[in-house]
Amino acid sequence: MKTQNFIAPVIFGVAVLVFWQAFVRFFDVPFVIFPAPTDIWAKLITSLPTLYEDFVQTFIRAVIPGWIIGSLAGFLVALLCDRFDFLKRGLLPLGNLAAALPIVGVAPILVMWFGFDWQSKAAMVVVMTFFPMLVNVVTGLQASGHLERDLMRSYGANWLQTLVKLRLPAAMPFIFNALKINSTLAMIGAIVAEFFGTPIVGMGFRISTEVGRMGLDMVWAEITVAALVGSAFYGLLVALERWVTFWHPSYRT
Amino acid sequence: MPVTVVCLAILVAWYIAAVFMNTVVAEAKIEAAGGGLVNTLDISWSLERPVIPAPHQVVVEVWKTVFTVAPWKVKSLVFHVWVTLSSTLLGFALGTLLGIGLAVAIVHSKLLNKSLMPWIIASQTIPILAIAPMVIVVLGSVGLTGIFPKSIISMYLCFFPVTIGMVKGLTSPDPMQLDLMRTYNASGPQVLWKLRFPAAMPFLFTSLKIAIAIALTGAIVGELPTGAQAGIGSRMLAGSYYGQTIQIWAALVAASAVAASLVYGVGGIERVVNARMGVRA
Repeated sequence: MKTQNFIAPVIFGVAVLVFWQAFVRFFDVPFVIFPAPTDIWAKLITSLPTLYEDFVQTFIRAVIPGWIIGSLAGFLVALLCDRFDFLKRGLLPLGNLAAALPIVGVAPILVMWFGFDWQSKAAMVVVMTFFPMLVNVVTGLQASGHLERDLMRSYGANWLQTLVKLRLPAAMPFIFNALKINSTLAMIGAIVAEFFGTPIVGMGFRISTEVGRMGLDMVWAEITVAALVGSAFYGLLVALERWVTFWHPSYRT
Repeated sequence: MPVTVVCLAILVAWYIAAVFMNTVVAEAKIEAAGGGLVNTLDISWSLERPVIPAPHQVVVEVWKTVFTVAPWKVKSLVFHVWVTLSSTLLGFALGTLLGIGLAVAIVHSKLLNKSLMPWIIASQTIPILAIAPMVIVVLGSVGLTGIFPKSIISMYLCFFPVTIGMVKGLTSPDPMQLDLMRTYNASGPQVLWKLRFPAAMPFLFTSLKIAIAIALTGAIVGELPTGAQAGIGSRMLAGSYYGQTIQIWAALVAASAVAASLVYGVGGIERVVNARMGVRA
């Protein structure tokens, strides 16, 4: 059963790749429009050092710190919101609104403030990841039932104890939901911020310059790396979520 | 009421931040004017190229570019908003159709559910906005220019929430209801139209609200790498090249207003549909 679930998508993916290769070769599609998968693979292998440098610049320096700071800040503000109801009623509608806003638009402003290097990209990631975390944690903290909370009160537990022992564990699915949303948002934020100015390294920079030079195989190689990194990041979070929230109904069989 | 207080607090913080961040670049000017608090405030809130413009400067800029310029001129903000809005709406329509189509296919075929679903999820771990420049180049070389390439990016972004929401929604009727349809001898399309679709409506609208917001983001980002001549995104890019901070902020305000009204519009349609379906508010 398990292998079957695994095989179907793999076959589908391989079929797409084969079809792509055949299509490009058969119709002799110009290189600048669609390079064949083999071309991309060849480029990927030969330019590993460059790709690694871009990966470090964009992912290790911008995405990871930004993601951690943004999520942590969102989490802490959510705790404040939980403590002070006034703040919650004031911030939550704004948080919901912010989810609809095209936040990537602040990228040029942040680049202007924090300079061309990774700091401005990390700042972009912080801004993008803050609100999803805030909204999710505030919702998650209300997820524990009345009965359980009453039980905690009858134990004489104070706010902190109730938070750590009951409400935070109950909020974990929501927190992981936000972390997963944020992992994709962080990649997008960092790469888009690089379109507005960057030192001569980074995934977004490489993509935009190689498009200008018609080096489409390099662009695709970069996209492959981005997809692999993004998927690995996401997969890691899913695994962590499984381990932390093993009690959740969706994991019990 | 609390929202107003928080908004006011943000506004006050903004003005204060404007003072501190702008005095750094305007120090010489303030000295020349004789220093003092009044001059500091006056100059730091009215710079032509501030580090961070004061709120009233942004409001003035929006007012100027919306109401004092004819809407079809390049200088008008309305013109740029219209360009972005048109590709957003086209992309949103295409993405919604694709999303619903995929969901219907997935619900009806176990094989598709197994083979397609993981790839749909994987497709979103690719930072699609990174592909944006390439999509535009590829489509441009086949002769597609204008709003269409941008719409493709919006479409790619917004089909995902629609598919996920619709798969959930279309499978939400419980077995009892499906059995009832079978006892009526209903055909596949009939089950789809009379039971699954109505049941999926709440899920659809939740997804649509997310989808239209990211469709707008997609359209804006789609304008960045293409060097598009018009649109909110190109307005920001131009502002960032020439250090026109006020222009960037004005574009940002416009984008936010568009986003809010689009989501509000979808909410309005949802209410109408709900009312027609007899849902009590």
